[in-house]
Amino acid sequence: MAITFKGVTYDYQAGTPMSFSALKNIDLTVPDGDYLAVIGHTGSGKSTLVQHMNALLKPTSGSVTIGEREITSQTNNKDLKPLRKEVGMVFQFPEHQLFEETVKKDIMFGPMNFGKNEVEADQLADQMIDIVGLPENTADRSPFELSGGQMRRVAIAGVLAMQPRVLILDEPTAGLDPQGRTEMMAMFNRLHQEQGLTIILVTHQMEDVANYAKHVLVMDHGEAAKYGTAEEVFTDVEWLRANNLDLPIATQFAHQLTQRGANFTTVPLTTAELAQELARQLGGKRHE
Amino acid sequence: MNKLIFGRYLPMNSWVHRLDPRDKLTLSFFFFILVFMANNWETYLLLSIVTLFSIWMSKIPWHFFFRGIRPLIWLIIFTVLLQLFFSPAGSHVYWQWGPFLITQFGIVNSAYVFMRFLLIIAMSTLLTLTTQPLDLANGIESLMAPLKIVHFPVETTAMMLSIALRFVPTLMDETETIMNAQRARGVDFGSGSIMKQIKTVIPLLVPLFVSAFNHAEDLSVAMEARGYQPDTPRTHYRQLVWHRQDTISWGFYIVVFIGLLALRQLP
Ligand SMILES: Nc1ncnc2c1ncn2[C@@H]1O[C@H](COP(=O)(O)OP(=O)(O)OP(=O)(O)O)[C@@H](O)[C@H]1O
Ligand SMILES: [Mg+2]
Repeated sequence: MAITFKGVTYDYQAGTPMSFSALKNIDLTVPDGDYLAVIGHTGSGKSTLVQHMNALLKPTSGSVTIGEREITSQTNNKDLKPLRKEVGMVFQFPEHQLFEETVKKDIMFGPMNFGKNEVEADQLADQMIDIVGLPENTADRSPFELSGGQMRRVAIAGVLAMQPRVLILDEPTAGLDPQGRTEMMAMFNRLHQEQGLTIILVTHQMEDVANYAKHVLVMDHGEAAKYGTAEEVFTDVEWLRANNLDLPIATQFAHQLTQRGANFTTVPLTTAELAQELARQLGGKRHE
Repeated sequence: MNKLIFGRYLPMNSWVHRLDPRDKLTLSFFFFILVFMANNWETYLLLSIVTLFSIWMSKIPWHFFFRGIRPLIWLIIFTVLLQLFFSPAGSHVYWQWGPFLITQFGIVNSAYVFMRFLLIIAMSTLLTLTTQPLDLANGIESLMAPLKIVHFPVETTAMMLSIALRFVPTLMDETETIMNAQRARGVDFGSGSIMKQIKTVIPLLVPLFVSAFNHAEDLSVAMEARGYQPDTPRTHYRQLVWHRQDTISWGFYIVVFIGLLALRQLP
């Protein structure tokens, strides 16, 4: 399911003296099956942008096309349910959306809203508890007794259980421990690879961008400042520095080597790529 | 939810914004008394002009102000209709149907009630639009200071009030976020049958309460960690100072008061 933005502008509190333009004239296409990373410093409009992708926000002007549905400022709030089933959204700090008595019931909430019966939803919940790496005995506990990281997993399971075709992740790993973060990102990537899930990831973690994203969008003060493949975006080191954005560690290392006279034909994004490239240049044996 | 401006603060820099909160609080209170003293169309006209003038002085755009209080108009209309249909007989009756009757007295009376409501809502909206919540709380604390003599916990009350005011916008934002998160999970707020709509309240209220309690707990820990004790005397970072313009504004309302007294005598 492709998502297309055409000249999208969004004003918070439009028509009041406090009106604030959070998105300015955005043009963007996310092809079906893409893995798009959205980066940019805090307040640049990332969350505002992705909330347009399942019509939680409607553009003040311009249009967003999601699959077959076109959303403009005139779109009626009714009949958005089919759209929201297709486009799942994990919010920043999704643990705030938990409310049911047990973890399992909370995970079943989404699928049942979208027309699954109790048996199907129950099965989905079991499956998702496993996928997000929650211990099985959590299923019947209250979500409010869990640790922050576990609550996060429950909330993510609740969205995955809706079986969306597009998954929007707004800083899904903020505040998780390093291991949990790696596991979580690997899990999303598996879903992307195996089920062809389109993923849109908002993040401050450049390593995640380097490891997984096919395309990168840099937001800056509500504008789409840069768009391209990860290699393209991370090549322009000076520009990224000027905009206070980090580089993945491998890229940073390579950049420092370049300044001392090394030469890379393509920018390495991950440690593996860097190691391989160095090994090749230094005439060592190719590893694995 | 975003449409309603009643109780919100609009940061701007006008003569009215800069007035002392104690001045604005007492003036609003005085104005409410004046509203209840009005007894004929001349007096209501005078008070309406005063209100419009006060709004004009605050530089708040007209369309913003009136669009903002429009949602409250239904409340007013409902009250007015009650007045209109259930006023006692005893003057000229225009229309009657069972217990409902419209009399000349009823019409005049409901027009007055309408004006009263509108004036009071307009003035209190103006008060909160031009005064920061914290200043309001400080003003109230300072005005209540005499109650300390009878051992009323003025400072604690003011602290509670300012905390409550401080968290209104936070909780409003959180409501919005939680609603969006549940919408993404397929909840339809505000559509479907009554039973369906009542059910949608639970996924909204539970997280909201949880977050309110969490805020309360975090805040109390943070306050204790910084040595807060409820009954020690405290100073204020922002001192309230009564300026010349505060006296001028009171002078203006005294003149209005005298004018009102004169107009009241008209038949
Ligand atoms: N409900 C709102 N009302 C008014 N302004 C808002 C609202 N939500 C966000 N904004 C403003 O819109 C801008 C973009 O916000 P947004 O949440 O999209 O940023 P972000 O890029 O997701 O930031 P972060 O990395 O901190 O999550 C910010 O300047 C913010 O102040
Ligand atoms: Mg955000």
